Amino acid sequence: MISLAPLVEVRDVHKHFPIGSGLFGRGRARVHAVEGVSLAICAGETLGLVGESGCGKSTLGRLMLRLLEPTSGDVLFDGRSLLTLAPRELRAMRRQMQIIFQDPYGSLNPRMRVASIVGEGLDIHRLGTRRERRARVAELLELVGLPPDAAGRYPHEFSGGQRQRIGIARALAVGPRFIVADEAVSALDVSIQAQILNLLQDLQRRLGLTLLFIAHDLRVVEHMSDRVAIMYLGRIVECGPRAEIYRNPRHPYTRTLLSAVPVPDPRRRKLRMALGGDVPSPVNPPPGCAFHPRCGHALEVCRRETPPLETGRGGHAVACHVFPAEGVSAADGQEV
Amino acid sequence: MIAARPAAAPPLLEVRDLHTVFALEEGAVRAVDGVSFALERGRVLGLVGESGCGKTMTALSLMRLVPPPGRIVDGQVRLEGRDLLRLPEREMRAVRGAGLGMIFQEPMTSLNPVFTVGSQIAEAIRLHRRVSRRAAWARAVELLDEVGIPEPQRRARDYPHRLSGGMRQRVMIAIAISCEPQVLIADEPTTALDVTIQAEILDLLRTLRERHGMAVVLITHDLGVVAEQADEVAIMYAGRIVEHASVLDVFEHPLHPYTQALLRSMPSLGSERRRRLEAIPGQVPDLLHLLSGCHFRDRCPKAIGACAEQDPPLEEKERQHAAACIRV
Repeated sequence: MISLAPLVEVRDVHKHFPIGSGLFGRGRARVHAVEGVSLAICAGETLGLVGESGCGKSTLGRLMLRLLEPTSGDVLFDGRSLLTLAPRELRAMRRQMQIIFQDPYGSLNPRMRVASIVGEGLDIHRLGTRRERRARVAELLELVGLPPDAAGRYPHEFSGGQRQRIGIARALAVGPRFIVADEAVSALDVSIQAQILNLLQDLQRRLGLTLLFIAHDLRVVEHMSDRVAIMYLGRIVECGPRAEIYRNPRHPYTRTLLSAVPVPDPRRRKLRMALGGDVPSPVNPPPGCAFHPRCGHALEVCRRETPPLETGRGGHAVACHVFPAEGVSAADGQEV
Repeated sequence: MIAARPAAAPPLLEVRDLHTVFALEEGAVRAVDGVSFALERGRVLGLVGESGCGKTMTALSLMRLVPPPGRIVDGQVRLEGRDLLRLPEREMRAVRGAGLGMIFQEPMTSLNPVFTVGSQIAEAIRLHRRVSRRAAWARAVELLDEVGIPEPQRRARDYPHRLSGGMRQRVMIAIAISCEPQVLIADEPTTALDVTIQAEILDLLRTLRERHGMAVVLITHDLGVVAEQADEVAIMYAGRIVEHASVLDVFEHPLHPYTQALLRSMPSLGSERRRRLEAIPGQVPDLLHLLSGCHFRDRCPKAIGACAEQDPPLEEKERQHAAACIRV
């Protein structure tokens, strides 16, 4: 079901945001939100994107949809660069890619009825007659498991889980091939989260969707993804098939993340890998490997040179001087 | 209920039939609806449930900090046998701090942005103890050191915005333990934090508990956190405790259909993808429109007609394992 041709691809994308207020914008500090990421998602695939707050995962998701302009690098959809499209072509392309947001409260216009929220994309893209649009909205509501009378009601009349269903129906309305789900279940209660995860999986299978599933919860990402990418301070530090990442993690950051996840089994209370300090600021990321100040294995070379993301056996890619992907040789050097 | 103790001594903390009600225009909301439990020294009780189940209101009721229009209408909260709900507010103020300490989910909003963190800890100490400013400040620096903040001398002079979320939560913990409370109430202490920071804060709480012998009421929606930290677990649903047992019994042998469903509905590390999660149908209950009898019955696979007829009492179904379900 997963094709080998990438549907979505970013090539060495960077995104810097200026901050502060230097005079006439000169000498401003910049947040390096995304620092040279190259990543491809195949048609029909779910790529899980994991990282802690501020690591740049949401920015990367928005760059893939060209909701943000990259500072440099290229973004391709179905082999075409989104950056060189004429505005009209870009608008047409937008039908094929949609986003589901985290906050089912803030992302729906409280003054619009559900029918208008879900049908807005159909109006914008002038799809179908009014009657056809109404029928399509009814079909979408059924698809996401909402009652038919939901169409005439307002967002505040719904619970968080139902609102997230409305957000999903809105994203599906124009028949997209690619969906970015940005922390789509993070705000939901456990019992409701499972409903929405099941819905997303069903829809993906039925509609052949390609999914970028952004989340900080490693349990949810494992459940949803075919492949997983781990992000730290704007870079992908490890990427590979789900089972490889979870059973054979290489990068010390990935291993720390996995060991930090609480296991719902009181007999398996474990000793965690301690991680000193906080995530450094993306304004002044550390030189070399951005993880080296918190890493217990750092060598001299890690302070100096940024390790490239190199792919080894089984499509498992790691950006680490000390624990490279299997089949890629490690740096030698003195421990620091 | 769980731990054995000499018959004579009352438990450290005992809550009996606590009721907290919010009088809203739309009707009365029974946020805490007859909650009872006991907690011994050095033990950790995990209080678990989804949003609106009453776990935070239970905590605020113990502290007598229920925001209006909420009101504690009935029950007892006994700390070493003394009923806190009968104390004059002045005495209750002394209990908050030395008897019960509390940390909140949001370390950003619980600290005052215009005072240094050192002065906020020192103020908390001086509220409860007659010590000089200088001594309180020295103690504040000591506490920052104890909660694992590097360079505590310098950090004490920082304002909250200079600290990361994890550091702010450490400051909140320092304030909560500054008067060495007998019971620490931690309300979703790590929910707003990243997973690596969460792990550090949980480890810190465990260290402090072992060092000071505090009992802890750990409120969370994360069953993984409970499994790691708690000795015993109380599961709440719609204002009531529906199951209460040791952490092993709750995870390996849950009795209440809600607990069973909750455990099945969450993905865990190492689970096979494409296994469908067993979602609990329906919605998290709206406390304004609760069902008669068992509040869970409309989502429950085992519900029968009789479930609508009476409120199922929380009863011991097996040794030291209580559940509120007539089908168990």
